[in-house]
Amino acid sequence: MPAENSSKQTVAPLECTGVSKEFTVEARGIKALEQVSFTLKKNMVTGLIGPDGAGKTTLMRLCMGLLKTSAGSLSVLGFDPLRDRNTVLAKVGYMPQRFGLYQDLTVQENMDLYADLQGVALQQRGERYAQLLDMSGLTPFTRRLAGNLSGGMKQKLGLVCTMIRPPQLLLLDEPTVGVDPVSRRELWNIVYHLVEEEGMAVMLSTAYLDEAERCREVILLHQGKVIGQGTPSSFSNQVQGRTFQVQAEGEHKRVMQKKLARMNQVQDALILGKSLRVVTEKGQTLDSKDFPGHDVQVHAVPPRFEDYFVATLKTKHQKGGQAITLHTAIQESDSAVIQVQDLVRTFGSFTAVDHVSFHVNTGEIFGLLGANGAGKTTTFRMLCGLLPISSGSCRVAGMDLRTASAQARSRIGYMAQKFSLYGNLTVGQNLKFFASAYGLRGKHQKRQMQWAISTFDLDQYLKTESGMLPLGYKQRLALAVALMHEPDVLFLDEPTSGVDPLARREFWTHINSLAEQGVTVLVTTHFMEEAEYCDRLVIMAEGNLLAQGTPEEIKADNSDREGATMEDAFIHLLEHNGAAQ
Amino acid sequence: MKIESLFRLKGMIRKEWLQIIRDPSAIAIAVFLPIFLLLIFGYGISLDAKEVPLAIVVEQHGQATDSFIGSFGANPYFTPRHMGSIQEAENALKNAEVDGIVWLQHTFEQEYLAHQSPPVHLIVNGGDANTARLVEGYVQGIWANWLNQEARLSGRKMNSPLQLEQRIWFNPGVRSTEFLVPGVIAVIMTLIGSLLTALIIAREWERGTMETLLVTRMTVIEMLLGKLIPYFGLGITGLTISLLMGRFVFEVPMRGSLTIILAASVLYLLVALAMGLFISTIARSQFVAALAAMIGTFLPAFILSGFIFDIRSMPPLVQGLTHLIAARYYVAILQTLFLAGDIWPVVLKNSAALLFMGVLFFTLVILKTNRNLEQQ
Repeated sequence: MPAENSSKQTVAPLECTGVSKEFTVEARGIKALEQVSFTLKKNMVTGLIGPDGAGKTTLMRLCMGLLKTSAGSLSVLGFDPLRDRNTVLAKVGYMPQRFGLYQDLTVQENMDLYADLQGVALQQRGERYAQLLDMSGLTPFTRRLAGNLSGGMKQKLGLVCTMIRPPQLLLLDEPTVGVDPVSRRELWNIVYHLVEEEGMAVMLSTAYLDEAERCREVILLHQGKVIGQGTPSSFSNQVQGRTFQVQAEGEHKRVMQKKLARMNQVQDALILGKSLRVVTEKGQTLDSKDFPGHDVQVHAVPPRFEDYFVATLKTKHQKGGQAITLHTAIQESDSAVIQVQDLVRTFGSFTAVDHVSFHVNTGEIFGLLGANGAGKTTTFRMLCGLLPISSGSCRVAGMDLRTASAQARSRIGYMAQKFSLYGNLTVGQNLKFFASAYGLRGKHQKRQMQWAISTFDLDQYLKTESGMLPLGYKQRLALAVALMHEPDVLFLDEPTSGVDPLARREFWTHINSLAEQGVTVLVTTHFMEEAEYCDRLVIMAEGNLLAQGTPEEIKADNSDREGATMEDAFIHLLEHNGAAQ
Repeated sequence: MKIESLFRLKGMIRKEWLQIIRDPSAIAIAVFLPIFLLLIFGYGISLDAKEVPLAIVVEQHGQATDSFIGSFGANPYFTPRHMGSIQEAENALKNAEVDGIVWLQHTFEQEYLAHQSPPVHLIVNGGDANTARLVEGYVQGIWANWLNQEARLSGRKMNSPLQLEQRIWFNPGVRSTEFLVPGVIAVIMTLIGSLLTALIIAREWERGTMETLLVTRMTVIEMLLGKLIPYFGLGITGLTISLLMGRFVFEVPMRGSLTIILAASVLYLLVALAMGLFISTIARSQFVAALAAMIGTFLPAFILSGFIFDIRSMPPLVQGLTHLIAARYYVAILQTLFLAGDIWPVVLKNSAALLFMGVLFFTLVILKTNRNLEQQ
């Protein structure tokens, strides 16, 4: 490749030709990347977009010479990342998903360390530091320990440390995951700024499809394969004329969603607050005449990137997902199932949850929305009785779960944030173990296991080790386990984090059908759009409750314009509560 | 490029050092653990017997009998308790109120005066083998002493044909502290060198900082040196504390030269660090690293180094095994230097073994450490 070096102008920042990467996990080959080919363009932000397990991180590690390709070739700024490793490392900045900040070092000390490691001359540092700190808004915090920064500030510091020596190509691996919407917007602004001022090429990976629109170009990665490359609009234009917003008066949104899902011309129907967003089948449209005798309004809306993803990858057979039918009917009651009053939790001098109050009614889907570190999981653990409360009270189905009997606890189902089943047991063994753990015996156990297997379509995987399941199936299994004992109240902690939009839709179909049968669902999420699926929700930041109500109420109360999204409302809330940095 | 390399090394060392001084557990291991261990081994655990409660049963008093019995009260090893009958004494032994019984039957005085050799019955509690052996030895010593004394006073000829003259070399007071302290130093060096080093690298893997270090242009040698130098400093701190305490608190003699003690310690510290680094090339979680360091380095330094348990009294297979334990050589050097002096053959032979192990582990570390994330 030395020939190309001479003509610097023509060298692409990154060129992949038929790149494949296979891992061996317990003697089984797993294809992380298959025949990936693309060329990255200069002076722009390219989004590498795909759900967890699409191969984004593997691709970035290959570019940095941290992994070796199984086949194909990579050229980074005209160099081979393995053979010319040091040249590549000198010219490329890489920020891994969990950037290596030293939590016990201050902001300044972290910067000094990376300046030393990147070989930045002492006399150049002062000016560069000032510039980067100013851009990231970290100037007042240079003496703070990195571990005491908020999630958003940590990401910004990570970016700053990567940038101390200005790279020609910047690789950012999911820099915005779990970050509050204000910090997320600021991170994006920093990235744009870098491209404009320093003229570098940026490749940024993300699992949030709504971030595609912020990129100049998008590479869509799915299950290790490139599905397409182009401007965001070149993707969404392919579903032009197939996207609609549907609003029905006097009909519950979930009933309406089921109706729509059964219609032939509808490919996808998604709840968005009070209305529904519909993608029709190719060549089909939708209007209010399709709903005779009902007061239904249908508007055409501009397509989004996610619409393309769903329209392209959703097959007929996945349509809708399967509804869940419980054996035992849940007794309706008028009183609140979950009652939280002035809940406080402190860890030393740090207040993780600060006087939070809310209640959840029977059969409601209730959301706790907030960034990482907002106090959602702490609240959740107190509700489940996993963590003692500092003051206040919380009652679930009339009991305090910390002191409730096992009998009483069996009315609760819990699905933890991370896959918390036994990875080295098979699907069948996990089901059997958890059925016994929940006290199901004999015929009853058999019936419930059978129910779980057929409802969640686990037949084909019964003898597979759970750790080897595809992400979507892991999630099905986790939900099956949480539901086998037919709880009245279901706790879901970040259930759809990182899964692709199709699996997320399927998951919510399950949740919706549970709510219809009277199961009360409490769900935490940092995913703005997921908040729209809830009946009511609270928004949390830094331990405080910022807003509470239906998605419509929150959006209407916290924005100045029509058609504001949940993210707009969240940003508005953060800015007006002084909680944003 | 040389300058850049120094920059990177400086950066790493500074970072490590800041982490050490902000992490209470590192300070605890380097400073408080030596003090704690030395106090326990120096004061708490003593392998000597002192003021052992001993039941004395005398069935018939007489002049010779009383004189012999009197010598038990006059030495620091025993606290005699006089009992009326052997039954009472046996009960006391069963109830662990005493550790042994000296039983003089009613014929003792007569037989002694008649120049026969009367038996002194000694019953010891074998449950604690160490104390039992000590009591046995001490009682024999007292008996022999008393016979000697009697012989001199009365001009009588000794009945025992053989006279035992005991000389204890190197540790005339037979104070176990004097050989335990050098052993404790070896254990501390192992903890700082291996456990701490293995843990901090595993921590970098766990927290994801390793991936970021790997994409800088740092070389393997720079990374290893960056880890080695601060922890070497920490080890020297622990060593200094141990030496000072050994010398001034426990008054362990230092018969060899301090320079050689320090040189041997530096050598062992490097071996321990190399073992820690080696563990960290395999273990990527702190849990595995801690377990490997405990089983692979710390416990052997405790059990198989000859620090507490004499290697020569181990079964041959285990004796063979001790040759793989670096601490064994260091303990041998230290005990020799502290108690005996500069015995060059011992020092050189064991140092050579340490040097060999150090080179071996460092070579393995450099070969096994690579700058990518591929699992080997």
